[in-house]
Amino acid sequence: MQQNKDVILKLRDLKAHFPVKAGVFKRTVGHVKAVDGVDLDIYRGEVLGVVGESGCGKTTLGKAILRLVESSEGQVIYCSDDEQRDLTTLDNEGMVPYRKKLQIVFQDPHSSLNPAFTIFGSLEDPLKKYGVKSRAERRKIIGDLLEAVNMRPEYMDRYPHEFSGGQRQRIGIARALSIGPELIVCDEAVSALDVSIQAQVLQLLMKLKQEKNLTYVFITHDLSVTEYICDRIAVMYLGRVVELCDSEELYNHTLHPYTRALLSAVPVADLDKQTDRIVLEGDVPSPVNPPSGCPFHPRCQSAIERCKTDVPKLKRYEVDGRDHFASCHLVDLPEAV
Amino acid sequence: MSVTHDSGRKKNHLDRQFDLIRRREEAGELSNPKGYRFARKFLSNRLAAFGLVVFTLIVLVSVLAPLLTPYNPRAIDLRNILKPPTWEHWFGTDKVGRDLFTRVLYGGQISILVGLGSALASAVVGVLVGCYTGYVGGWRDALAMRVSEIFMSFPQIILVLLLVAILGQSLSNLIIIFILTGWGGIYRLARARMLSLREEEYVQALRSFGLSTPIICYKHILPNALGPIMVNITLSTAAFILAEAGLSFLGLGVPLDIPTWGNILNVAQDLRILENNWWVWLPVGIVISLFVLSVNFIGDGLRDATDPTQQG
Repeated sequence: MQQNKDVILKLRDLKAHFPVKAGVFKRTVGHVKAVDGVDLDIYRGEVLGVVGESGCGKTTLGKAILRLVESSEGQVIYCSDDEQRDLTTLDNEGMVPYRKKLQIVFQDPHSSLNPAFTIFGSLEDPLKKYGVKSRAERRKIIGDLLEAVNMRPEYMDRYPHEFSGGQRQRIGIARALSIGPELIVCDEAVSALDVSIQAQVLQLLMKLKQEKNLTYVFITHDLSVTEYICDRIAVMYLGRVVELCDSEELYNHTLHPYTRALLSAVPVADLDKQTDRIVLEGDVPSPVNPPSGCPFHPRCQSAIERCKTDVPKLKRYEVDGRDHFASCHLVDLPEAV
Repeated sequence: MSVTHDSGRKKNHLDRQFDLIRRREEAGELSNPKGYRFARKFLSNRLAAFGLVVFTLIVLVSVLAPLLTPYNPRAIDLRNILKPPTWEHWFGTDKVGRDLFTRVLYGGQISILVGLGSALASAVVGVLVGCYTGYVGGWRDALAMRVSEIFMSFPQIILVLLLVAILGQSLSNLIIIFILTGWGGIYRLARARMLSLREEEYVQALRSFGLSTPIICYKHILPNALGPIMVNITLSTAAFILAEAGLSFLGLGVPLDIPTWGNILNVAQDLRILENNWWVWLPVGIVISLFVLSVNFIGDGLRDATDPTQQG
């Protein structure tokens, strides 16, 4: 993706903080800093993986992009050929043309479809909103969408409970595709499925990406999935991106100690292969009260004195001629690389 | 049924049946209109069907009362006081000689209007407010909550006394009072359901399409909350009919000269009538119970029929 620098979405210092209220008078005593200053450029046509352990703010980031969660600071800039628009400044009316461009596929196939409606009933209102007036036309479009996700068009008159998890997930994908988006946030889109179905859904996603020229932001905690489909990977820790680079790069030249620990935890189906597991001590620190300096320093095995005081910035390095961003003081030390 | 387990096995009975279903589905014959499916599910529920029959019967008989009985419900006949049931007076006569069968029929008009009308009206108010405020949350939710608490913390009977004193005793006042005191329960139910349903991912998906709040909360989420609301409506219908009976019994409901089921029961205050003249209170009591029961059955049936996960 190095050669293609056509940016579709820029995140600038994006923050999503939620107030913590306590006491009789509901005073704000602090903030949960779920997303705490994320800078990212998402290129047109790429698959950007966002990984990190539970509670690091991956999902909140995805939802903040679509404004399903209101960000408290920063910008989400949508770039098309002729304009750049900061989505966080728009009201609901102003968002409408951009809602068409950005869509989301959810994690839980059991709650992502309305149990009281048939598939047609669930999918027709967005089409209505975006100008498909006749019912026959809507049926046609939804039928085509179901075919695109390898399902039979007749299924549109069935209710969600009549489908399996994998089928529902594919319907969720069809729904996201229904209004012709350019970028789809896949929020743990395959995590709830079993492995054989995961592969099937991933292949479907890749096929659709080719056909419809989509961009994916692929949120997951499964590193073997990211390796399979992502062009670039952003590693998040405690609401921040700590490392960002091409996906092979991440596996070959890991810079951040947190990423190293994550990668060492990926199970490998090879009994003879002895891996040095890096076991992280303790939990992710509270996002209400993050540690001083580098947020990772209390769990980092190679932390130095400087990590406790200075917050590392996401800096650009060049490894084998490719961009590689990391936020770690250790990388700057001469012996580290 | 002969099943051979080699790969080129013959199509058996089940295979053929499955092929048939598949062919029909492909031809679009199985995509029943929603209304048809709903009616089929509702009617296949025996209790619901029974409820519907009884309900329709009682409503019809009440509405058609003038055709079914020659008597005037208010005509006093002092020569026939407290007569037991005869062929002339099917349910006998009351203390001033009015025909009880006629009064039960005419009384049904008012009682059903009060019971069903108040229940539906308070449900509409409660659901409209509860769905919206529960979905959007924030200060609107807090405000609606406080208002409903004010209404609910007021004892109904005091409110009735107050309003009757101010506005006078009338049918419409009674309905207004029932709506005022009754909407809170359904509001809270709807709000509570909304609070949990709004977190579902399909709601977020709808929001990500930029659909408007009324469409999301009334069209898409409300059907999922309808089960308990429906049951609550039927229960409150029953409660309102009984409350009307109770208030009329105390002389606070509908003016005494208008026949209602409650007003007919009113005379059972008198211990002598309770002991000696069973025909005054028993038939009307049975009618009230039957009506309330049928409404409850219908409510259960509606709830099951609206739930697509239950096969009918």
